Amino acid sequence: MQVGREELLHIANLAQLELKEEEIEKYLLHLQDILNFANVVNNAPVEDLDITIGSNKTKNVFRKDEVEEFKDIESLLQNAPTKERNMFKLPKVIN
Amino acid sequence: MEITELTVHELQEKIKNKELTITEINKAYVDRIKEKEPEVQAFITELTEEGMEQAKVIQNKIEKGEEVGELAGIPIGIKDIICTKGVKTTCASKMLENFIAPYDATVMEKINKEEMIDLGKLNMDEFAMGGSTEYSYFKKTRNPWDLSRVPGGSSGGSAAAVAADMVPWALGTDTGGSVRQPASLCGVVGLKPTYGAISRYGVIAFASSLDQVGLFTKDVQDCATLLNVVAGHDSKDTTSVEQEAKDYTKALQKDIKGLKVGIPKEFYGEGINVDVKKTLEEAIKKYEEMGAEIEEFSLDIANYSLATYYIIACAEASSNLGRYDGIRYTYRAKDCGDIREIYKKTRSEAFGEEVKRRIILGTYVLSSGYYDAYYKKAQKVRTLVVKEFNKAFEKYDVLITPTSPTTAFKLGERSTNPMEMYLSDICTVSVNIAGLPGISVPCGVDSNGMPIGMQIIGNKFCEETIIKAAYAYEQETNFRSKYKPTFKGGTK
Repeated sequence: MQVGREELLHIANLAQLELKEEEIEKYLLHLQDILNFANVVNNAPVEDLDITIGSNKTKNVFRKDEVEEFKDIESLLQNAPTKERNMFKLPKVIN
Repeated sequence: MEITELTVHELQEKIKNKELTITEINKAYVDRIKEKEPEVQAFITELTEEGMEQAKVIQNKIEKGEEVGELAGIPIGIKDIICTKGVKTTCASKMLENFIAPYDATVMEKINKEEMIDLGKLNMDEFAMGGSTEYSYFKKTRNPWDLSRVPGGSSGGSAAAVAADMVPWALGTDTGGSVRQPASLCGVVGLKPTYGAISRYGVIAFASSLDQVGLFTKDVQDCATLLNVVAGHDSKDTTSVEQEAKDYTKALQKDIKGLKVGIPKEFYGEGINVDVKKTLEEAIKKYEEMGAEIEEFSLDIANYSLATYYIIACAEASSNLGRYDGIRYTYRAKDCGDIREIYKKTRSEAFGEEVKRRIILGTYVLSSGYYDAYYKKAQKVRTLVVKEFNKAFEKYDVLITPTSPTTAFKLGERSTNPMEMYLSDICTVSVNIAGLPGISVPCGVDSNGMPIGMQIIGNKFCEETIIKAAYAYEQETNFRSKYKPTFKGGTK
């Protein structure tokens, strides 16, 4: 499959990435290379096989949904780019 | 012999016999870091001062006759992807340059409970994406066997720190070979246990269906000892598997008569370096002499696995790395107007080239129109890989392959060509896809004196079998007594 410039920009946009001109050139080339290789999955004899999502068969591992208080608020807030009182501060989301 | 050349079990012996104190041991490592770190560049954050303080506390306890654990005071190094409370955990990314984890990963809690001493956070490829540690935002780690070469990756800092005797052992993570490949390239032992054997709570996620914590040690005995510490179920990681606690040191036995060894011939084909192939053939001969039953067979999954790996790992990464949005994890781009601009500018500025490449590839294979052709196909191929391994383990106890198709390459040799870099994972990725345990053991050197690793693959939760196979070989051949890193090729 051929990846075009518009498509790359669309994908980057979905991934919340802005690409510089030199990155576009480079990624177009690399992406094509990698996808050409990735195409070997289309030659694998897998017609009758189901998909595997994880390598362990365990599913629905439940534990009691107990509320635990995390008291060390300072340790969380120290990672906030901007904060006010005990909160992470953001620009207005809804206009 | 220098203190820092000793294995952990040798250190323990000397502590017990009162030949060495905890402070002496840690002082020796701190001095070694001071001496070798300028050349090797394995650490992102050194914790040597904190380590010396801790060492004194433990030594005091011992002198007062208080009871301490068998591993109390033994130093360790931690890959900077594992959260350490109150200490920076950067994942070698600009995005997390100032991130200080609010809690310890479960594996760290276990290390701390043993009163082991974390001497520092080790370098890696950014978000564990890479095979050479050249994609770290901070520095390029060098291979102690030849400083002009890479240590492998992504856990290159961990492998190099152990090889350079800056720590006696270290933790890493392995998503597609990130413990075994650097272990191979740096001439140390590297174990990736079965998916689910070790808790990943507090380990920064890359590809969640593949990620597993792994170990770097100087020998197989230390590997079994450290696995005893870190393995086990954790209710905070639902993918960790409930099983009875095992004592892996019981597997340290030399008798492997009758061990059924499968040699998947496709892993010795095109692209495998001549010296690597020759050395592996000698190792297999050694197994035969030791009484193992060797049989060659066909396991034609290497190419499919690599393609599948890059589809699945990138898809999962594109989702996992969605959390880095400029809101919660320290880095935020300046002068942004609205929230969307924060997302975009932050991610574009703070992710490195390889990380962005993989996020884009992952988003592409998950996008409508390509989902069926790539992602869904890859998940089916995953079933094929699992089935083929299951078939193999009906016949064999272990499989033996090279760990890496080549020995350590020069810095800069592959970093501009992603496909070439990806090919260095060709022998290791299938093990992650099937969730199996694999160990890399040094088995010789190439014509440049660079170490070669042998990968021993076992069936799920059969860590004992691969540890035994590795131990028997190591005792018979004793790589460490014959070869040592030379630190040649430096510019200093």
